[in-house]
Amino acid sequence: MDQLTASMPLIVFVMIGTVAVASSILVVAMRNPVHSALFLLLTFLCVAVLFVMQKAEFVGAVQVLVYAGGIMVLFLFVVMLINVRHLPDERVLSNFWKGGFLVGLAVFVLFITMVRPGVYHDERVNKSRLSTVVDRVPQNSTKHPGRIGHRKVTRRNVNSEAIANALYNDYLVPFEVASLFLLVAMIGAIVIGKRELSAIEEETMPDYMLERVETEKRVKKESMSA
Amino acid sequence: MPEIGAWLMLSGTLFTVGLVGVIIRRNMITVLMCIELMLNAVNINLVAFSHRLGSLEGQVFTIFIITVAAGEAAVGLAIIIQLYRLRSTINVDEARELNG
Repeated sequence: MDQLTASMPLIVFVMIGTVAVASSILVVAMRNPVHSALFLLLTFLCVAVLFVMQKAEFVGAVQVLVYAGGIMVLFLFVVMLINVRHLPDERVLSNFWKGGFLVGLAVFVLFITMVRPGVYHDERVNKSRLSTVVDRVPQNSTKHPGRIGHRKVTRRNVNSEAIANALYNDYLVPFEVASLFLLVAMIGAIVIGKRELSAIEEETMPDYMLERVETEKRVKKESMSA
Repeated sequence: MPEIGAWLMLSGTLFTVGLVGVIIRRNMITVLMCIELMLNAVNINLVAFSHRLGSLEGQVFTIFIITVAAGEAAVGLAIIIQLYRLRSTINVDEARELNG
């Protein structure tokens, strides 16, 4: 029984890893993009389980929320928006699929020669940094009465707090840059995805919107001629 | 717990599958999905080394990669929608005005 408990992480790793690899192959192999998206969702959930196995609970939760919740909905939304059934029923593979498989084989052989199991030995390192937070709590000093000293309190199993400490202390500037990046990406997506109006829509559109479109066109023309 | 080489092998396999998908598929949405797959494989690598070295940097960088992946998906899908409006196709091989 103890042996089974000890080998449980390995069993979970093999099972979840197999499911992840199989579903990722199906992402590539499926003809319908909706099926691809659903298998991609399965892959993301398996990867989230693998994250939790490695004491990265917060990253696992972010994986489920952002990837499985946000990005997958975006993909499915676009697949539904673009009417796939009206696309001609042509072949799935690109013209240079042979070269693609060749490149894949070469990269895989490279990975096998470099990182096959047994190449790296596992060090015995202190893994407590991943999930502990040290707080400095003020208290009355014992040496000097009347003055305030500090007492260190260590709290364990708080992975998200440890990540927050790292993110807001050591990586504050990259964090702000990431927020700026998200703003730029949002504006870019809105500007690129904006749609020119068709003639029918201009007829059925309410007057105030028509006025606004006309003003925009005039301003654009003036700025072009200026 | 499986050793680090097993994690790296799994990550490399997922990365290879994503790379092959990017090259051989013609549907642009599937190509974007394969790019997400490759980013996820890199995330497995980072978290595995974070666990092995007992340091948090790998997890922090994983969060940054997830951020970049979200932005990339948003802009890429907007480009795909606009291409579909202009050309009525999302085939990678047909978008060749620049002769790339």
